[in-house]
Amino acid sequence: MILAGRLGAATVAGLLGGAVLLAVLNLLAPAVSAVHVPDFVISLAGKYLSLAILALAIDLVWGYAGILSLGHGAFFALGGYCMGMYLMRAIGSRGVYADPTLPDFMVFIGWKHLPWYWQGFDHFWFALPMTMLVPGALAFTFGWFAFRSRVSGVYLSIITQALTYALMLAFFRNDMGFGGNNGMTDFKEILGFPLNSRGTAVGLMLVSATVLATAFVAARAMTRSRFGKVLVAVRDAEARTRFLGYRPESYKLTVWVVSAAMAGIGGALYVPQVGIINPSEFSPANSIEAVIWVAVGGRGTLSGAILGAILVNLSKTWLTSALPGLWLFAIGGLFILVTLFLPRGIIGLLTPRLRRAPRTPAVLPIGADRAVREAPAE
Amino acid sequence: MNAALLHLDGVTVTFDGFKALNALSLTVESGEMRAIIGPNGAGKTTLMDVITGKTRPDTGRVVFGDDIDLTRLDEPAIARLGIGRKFQRPTVFEPLSVYDNLLLSLAGDRRPSRALWARETAAERARLEELLATVRLTEQRHRRAAELSHGQKQWLEIGMLLAQEPRLLLVDEPVAGMSDAETAETAELLREINRTRSVVVVEHDMVFVRSLGVNVTVLHEGAVLAEGSIDAIQADDRVIEVYLGR
Repeated sequence: MILAGRLGAATVAGLLGGAVLLAVLNLLAPAVSAVHVPDFVISLAGKYLSLAILALAIDLVWGYAGILSLGHGAFFALGGYCMGMYLMRAIGSRGVYADPTLPDFMVFIGWKHLPWYWQGFDHFWFALPMTMLVPGALAFTFGWFAFRSRVSGVYLSIITQALTYALMLAFFRNDMGFGGNNGMTDFKEILGFPLNSRGTAVGLMLVSATVLATAFVAARAMTRSRFGKVLVAVRDAEARTRFLGYRPESYKLTVWVVSAAMAGIGGALYVPQVGIINPSEFSPANSIEAVIWVAVGGRGTLSGAILGAILVNLSKTWLTSALPGLWLFAIGGLFILVTLFLPRGIIGLLTPRLRRAPRTPAVLPIGADRAVREAPAE
Repeated sequence: MNAALLHLDGVTVTFDGFKALNALSLTVESGEMRAIIGPNGAGKTTLMDVITGKTRPDTGRVVFGDDIDLTRLDEPAIARLGIGRKFQRPTVFEPLSVYDNLLLSLAGDRRPSRALWARETAAERARLEELLATVRLTEQRHRRAAELSHGQKQWLEIGMLLAQEPRLLLVDEPVAGMSDAETAETAELLREINRTRSVVVVEHDMVFVRSLGVNVTVLHEGAVLAEGSIDAIQADDRVIEVYLGR
């Protein structure tokens, strides 16, 4: 577990150090120099870091509470939409129709007034908490009913999938007031900083790295607390926890809501860096892909989720430009290979000692305890 | 005699027309240890399920203490009242250490908000040391529960139940799969526990039941067939007919 302790510190140091290094090499190294980091790398890094927040959120519920969400993209997208609404309002009269209040798409479909649910989103201080509160509230409502009625396992996974699919269909409709099919784009600035400037891109990337590192530290503290131990207990022996006097549904609901809010933050950071949010972010395939990142990196390790998100997306960027038709086969194959040969993901490869007994009380990754459980019975 | 701690009155449970419990009535005194035996399908596990809130009876009352009606409560609520249950197969939290298994079981506030910020207190640590000694696992405290032997897991689970500070302990087949030495030690452990708590033991192993030296209730087809000392039970013609003799 000393090793796992180092892994946590290494993760934080790697994230922050790597982000600062990229920033410095982008801003200070001369463009002709071999170590210069081009602008597109900065925006890619920012994108990967936001996606890694989503992966971390998934690992929290899947790795530690055993809730396999195949719809976490919905919370990510809702956070993204909240940020998108702020960015739309921040365009002001610089839009094509030059309406000082109404975003272009509303003018286009002939709306005269800003709908009530758009009020307040012109303020960053309002939009920012909303990026967590909106996904959190949806997760609370969903989780309240699902966990209370003891829906779990594959049934829960299917419902989460249906949830994100339903939201995708809803957001495709123009009369929802979120830009329909096209979503929101053409953003100009965030907090007064122009989005097309190199400085803003570097700043957003650094903020993403900091938020990710903070979320990682918080998730780690949560999983190592007594709360985290109860979660693992619920994951592996739910009935036992009930007869000990715990209410598994309250534990699941708590971690589920925290995870959804975390995913929302990821979406909020993602949108200004990619410059667009549209209903395809709700697509079930996105959520499934995010689960694969976690599996590849190592479920139930937190660091693995981050590593998996970054590595898989790196390969995606490379492969979709080198061999465009191959990506879906590659990710499908990767998932099968990891499931068969690397039950503890890449982190499991890096830290074989995790399998051994911990010196201090701690939580182990899923594969490790399964390996023990499947060993010949006494 | 002591006051009744647990009283079941005319409890009936039906599964798809099959009466798992048939107007069963049973009283466990405060401080008593009771053994419950019976052939497969006699309703032993259903009886445990009803007491712990896992199964709701169709009719009948289950009263705990003075006047708490258990049929209105769910499992966590009943557990918090002070009824602990040991499953037939040892059920411990395998990825957690022996110490953490006991820590999570300690009586206390079970809300997530409390668990998030909980720090081990000196009192908790002292109590855990005591429990580790009681269930003979002091040496194993840092090992993960998954690595324990079958018998050690059974003891860990008993330790977890004790950590709950229950008034009544329900123990389902505690010596299934244990060696003779472990069985003898378990009997001793249960007698030790019984000094401060009431215990109900469901068991098949007659040698073990005899070694407990307590009153025995024989279940048959969801109702009480006979009750009394082990010698009286083994001499009872009806018991011999349905259970022991054939």
